[in-house]
Amino acid sequence: MAEQHDIVLQLKGLTKRFGEFVANDHIDLELRKGEVLALLGENGAGKSTLMNMVFGLYQPEEGEIWVKGQQLTMDTPSVAIEHGIGMVHQHFKLVPPFTVTENIILGMETKKGLRLDKKSAAARIQELSDMYKLNLKPHARIDSISVGMQQRVEIMKILYRGADILIFDEPTAVLTPQEISELLGIFRKLTKEGKSIIVITHKLKEIMEAADRCTVIRRGKVIDTLIVKDTTPQQLAERMVGHNVKLTVDKEDAKPAETMLHVQDIWAKDDSGHDMLKGLSFEVKAGEIVGIAGVDGNGQTELVEAISGMRPTQKGKIQLGSDELTNRNPRDVSEIGVGHIPQDRHKHGLVLDFTIEENSVLKSYFKSPWTKNGIIQSDIIKEETERYVKDYDIRTPGTGVLARSLSGGNQQKIIIAREIERKPRLLIAAQPTRGLDVGAISFVHKQLIAERDAGKGVLLVSFELEEIMNVADRILVIFNGQIVGETTPKQTNEQELGLMMAGKLERGFAHV
Amino acid sequence: MSKMKGLVTRLRQESVWISLLSIVIGLIIGAIVMLVSGYDPLLAYQSLVEKIVGNSYDFGETLRAVVPLIMTGLAVAVAFRAGLFNIGVEGQIVMGSIGALLVGHFVSLPPVIHGIVAMIVGTLVGGLWGMLVAWLKTSRGINEVISCIMLNWCALYISHIVIRTLMEESGTGRSKLIQESASIQLDSLSAWMDGARIHWGFAIAIIAVIGYSFFMNKTKWGYEIRAVGSNRHAAHYAGMKVNSTVLRAFFISGMLGGMVGTFEVLGVFKYVAIAPATSGLGFDGIAVALLGMNTAIGIFFSAILFGALMYGAQGMSFGADVPGEVVRMIISIIIFFTAAPGLLRMFFKLRTRKGRKGANANGNDSVSS
Amino acid sequence: MEMIAFLLNGTFVFATALIFAALGGLITERTGVINLGLEGFMVSGAFTAGVVSYYAEQAGLGAASPWMGFLAAPIFTLLFAALHAVASVKFKANQVISGLVVNMLASSSTFFLVKLLFDGAAETPILNHVFNKVYIPILSDLPIVGEGLFRLYPVTYIALILAAIIYFIMFHTPLGLRMRAVGEHPGSADTAGVRVNRLRFLAVLAGGMVASLGGATVTLTANSSFAFHTISGQGYIALAAVIFGRWHPIGALGAAIFFGFAQALKDQMQIVEAAKFIPNEVFYLLPYVLTLVVLIFTSKRSSSPAALGEPYEPGKR
Repeated sequence: MAEQHDIVLQLKGLTKRFGEFVANDHIDLELRKGEVLALLGENGAGKSTLMNMVFGLYQPEEGEIWVKGQQLTMDTPSVAIEHGIGMVHQHFKLVPPFTVTENIILGMETKKGLRLDKKSAAARIQELSDMYKLNLKPHARIDSISVGMQQRVEIMKILYRGADILIFDEPTAVLTPQEISELLGIFRKLTKEGKSIIVITHKLKEIMEAADRCTVIRRGKVIDTLIVKDTTPQQLAERMVGHNVKLTVDKEDAKPAETMLHVQDIWAKDDSGHDMLKGLSFEVKAGEIVGIAGVDGNGQTELVEAISGMRPTQKGKIQLGSDELTNRNPRDVSEIGVGHIPQDRHKHGLVLDFTIEENSVLKSYFKSPWTKNGIIQSDIIKEETERYVKDYDIRTPGTGVLARSLSGGNQQKIIIAREIERKPRLLIAAQPTRGLDVGAISFVHKQLIAERDAGKGVLLVSFELEEIMNVADRILVIFNGQIVGETTPKQTNEQELGLMMAGKLERGFAHV
Repeated sequence: MSKMKGLVTRLRQESVWISLLSIVIGLIIGAIVMLVSGYDPLLAYQSLVEKIVGNSYDFGETLRAVVPLIMTGLAVAVAFRAGLFNIGVEGQIVMGSIGALLVGHFVSLPPVIHGIVAMIVGTLVGGLWGMLVAWLKTSRGINEVISCIMLNWCALYISHIVIRTLMEESGTGRSKLIQESASIQLDSLSAWMDGARIHWGFAIAIIAVIGYSFFMNKTKWGYEIRAVGSNRHAAHYAGMKVNSTVLRAFFISGMLGGMVGTFEVLGVFKYVAIAPATSGLGFDGIAVALLGMNTAIGIFFSAILFGALMYGAQGMSFGADVPGEVVRMIISIIIFFTAAPGLLRMFFKLRTRKGRKGANANGNDSVSS
Repeated sequence: MEMIAFLLNGTFVFATALIFAALGGLITERTGVINLGLEGFMVSGAFTAGVVSYYAEQAGLGAASPWMGFLAAPIFTLLFAALHAVASVKFKANQVISGLVVNMLASSSTFFLVKLLFDGAAETPILNHVFNKVYIPILSDLPIVGEGLFRLYPVTYIALILAAIIYFIMFHTPLGLRMRAVGEHPGSADTAGVRVNRLRFLAVLAGGMVASLGGATVTLTANSSFAFHTISGQGYIALAAVIFGRWHPIGALGAAIFFGFAQALKDQMQIVEAAKFIPNEVFYLLPYVLTLVVLIFTSKRSSSPAALGEPYEPGKR
């Protein structure tokens, strides 16, 4: 209390409700000048909601926000910006067809008479960029620069506005390990200049490396604030989850049998027509879980879509057992025996405005017994869905409610039930635990292992190294549209995988 | 029993109340406008009602006005369920009427069969014209609203060219008449209703309402259309042929529109006029579908409401000297409030679904945070 | 030679109304709000011009009366523009529907008012004073272009100047940068401190006002009165011009002029004996077919504002 002036941001009893759901429950928090404060919590714990209130995107129902000793009402982001608060969002807030300069000056444009003065702005940006070693090109268009660069544009946007409180929402999710370490370097430079930083994250390793203090949030409440150098990752994890966590998954060794999926030298393009998969080959055997490790954007999405028939391939061959899958349509692929838990359950996995019943037959509605003579057999569908609800512990008031009204975990369970119950020979699981809480994550992992044990091939694609290390029997590393390494969880560690994911190390390929 | 239960739960839905409230507000605002303009709103509404149900001729003619609205409402709704806006029903009507007119005028067939063939041809022409919109959308990525606007005018001028070059009744600004054998008027019923123009379309409209409900909710194709309309990415993932589904939906939508054209030619007017603009029935269909929330029963009732109001408008101007335009104003106000339910919520603080929505918003958050 | 001059002149006469309306549509759509209400705004503008100019004439304002009507048009049209803005921006209604409602309401209420004001008449009284073509000194005496470009209605020059101003605002001022950002990626603009929905609201109002000038132009040049057929579809053509012009002010201007040309061509062709066998409607048809053809060949790389048609809610990403 003696050093009041050192506290640049203070939240007192901040509360945010969405209907009956309390996202933030009387949150107290303080940020000191020149520190990096980590905000740790599980998905859905309320971290982003909290920071969105600080930034003026949401309005709290109760509580106070104090910035540098002054109480403020943050009804729009402009108030926050005015008081030196800047935020780098997880999904970048950049206008793709605009240049770097245009994006940075938007909202506080420099003028010469009536005219927009881009020249002097660009010069100022160059100057700041040199100062913090951001390497920005002021005249490049956003849609032509890398994701890492885009993030730096976001940082520059904040600096340009003279912010001294910087909020980062999951800043490392889209970066390569190298880009991450560069970012942490930028953090150090910023704090040295007297800026204060809040980082929202659920990655313990980065907290240990970069943060001074760590405030843990669980279910909308502050659980504790810890001094990072006096704590351990295990401690942090327990605070985050609320009970002892086992960081590993129970499973027996895999007993791989015959080759199930055979992918040979496939080439495919991304949405903008550039080659994304460049001659990629691998196999998945019956009874094993193959994990594809890699940083987002190295071809994982395209690979999964190519196998499942959603994206055409230009070259190469995909086979399931003796069945040809190359450039078949999604219906054929699924009928031949591929189950697919898609990466984005809201975009692909579910029709949110359909009922659970309608969603549970999304892939089989067209055939008997679900449809007879073109007529949908609702009674049979209902019966089957009720069984799913019971067997997969889907928490819902009934099978007739909209998928939209369920929680993320329960939505995922609908998809898993649907895909597994179709008895596929190969199950593709793309980011199957994204956005789920710990309980749901372990449920998903158990299901994947059970499928493996039942003699199916499982292809797990994940950006979370921990998940790959825990669940996969064999690991393939994807980089720049190619498989650059093969290993097993027992033979490797996260550091080594990180290097491979960044394309700095190749290994393996000597598999049986 | 379950039907009743369904109706009850539906009545509990907020959207139904929004629709009903919009209607009331529309009528009240209409009354206020008339009052301010120095007219007697009570007399006006009275004459409106009298015009609608006053005698059997007017009642029949009211029904005649309702029929096309049911059909265009369904046409808009089918496309809407597939996730697309069909504001091209106007043009599909025109094309349907031209198809029916050509067959009705140039082809000679026995009665009844002639009518059926003319109807089928007109319906198909309308369907193909509708499918053109979907083709432009799926294969060339052209926004359907834009292509619909263009195609509406194209249809209109094509109809003019066809009539002018092949079958103009010179000096009248309209086409020659169809042959009597192609008429789909129900003469005995018409006579019974003092000459109101009653035609097969009445029965077809009723069948279409029931058929729409069944098709959408109970058939494989309906399921596909709803899936594609609600989430085309998920539909693609699930192995549905998204583009064919969209084409199919627009074909059906266009057929419903085209059928309206055939009714107007074969059942009502017997000719096609060289009009400076399209009929507006397609746009009215949007209003009907919107107020009816794209459900069969909703469309049925809102078509009756709008059709009756539009026909009754004539009574207003005769009986109370009120310009009939006031009815269109009322309809626009009703649609305005239905389209922006937030307005009514603000005024009436209806039990909102905000709670659930909020929880959801958070559900979305949890995916990415 | 003379025919080319007439054709050129006719092109601009017909294009003027479309230029105003297209510019109005462009302002709105660039901020991400679909503007199907252009037709209604034109109707409202045409109506106001007819009524106000008439009363100004009655008040003895003479040659100034069309100017009164012209200036009154955007003011009265604010009413309809505000409806579109409230529904589509404030209450997130479907923007297409909102625009169609505006059209329906504008035509019904203006016809209602005409009947109310003029004892049940179907149109406003014929105006004695409408705009006259101005002859620009010296330039109007040039061969061909003199007749073609320098003997036009004053509103045509206003429309052209307005196009230049809007181009300047869009691409060379902070306001334009913000408008484009709001239309492309409202989330970015919001976090940069731009009030997205306020800007959109104002853009809808401004767009409606500008478009209404197009309607006023029709009444005050070609028609001399306002009736139910005064505006029939020009608003939709103007929207086509916006799209045809790829949401760029100069593109939209060009498209509007092109559509004006198609109409002028039709008028000229009626005079030419050799073209008698071609039905008039072929020329009516031309702008629509050409727009479609152009869309077919260019739509693959869409240039519409990325957030067009999407209501912005700050909570959503």
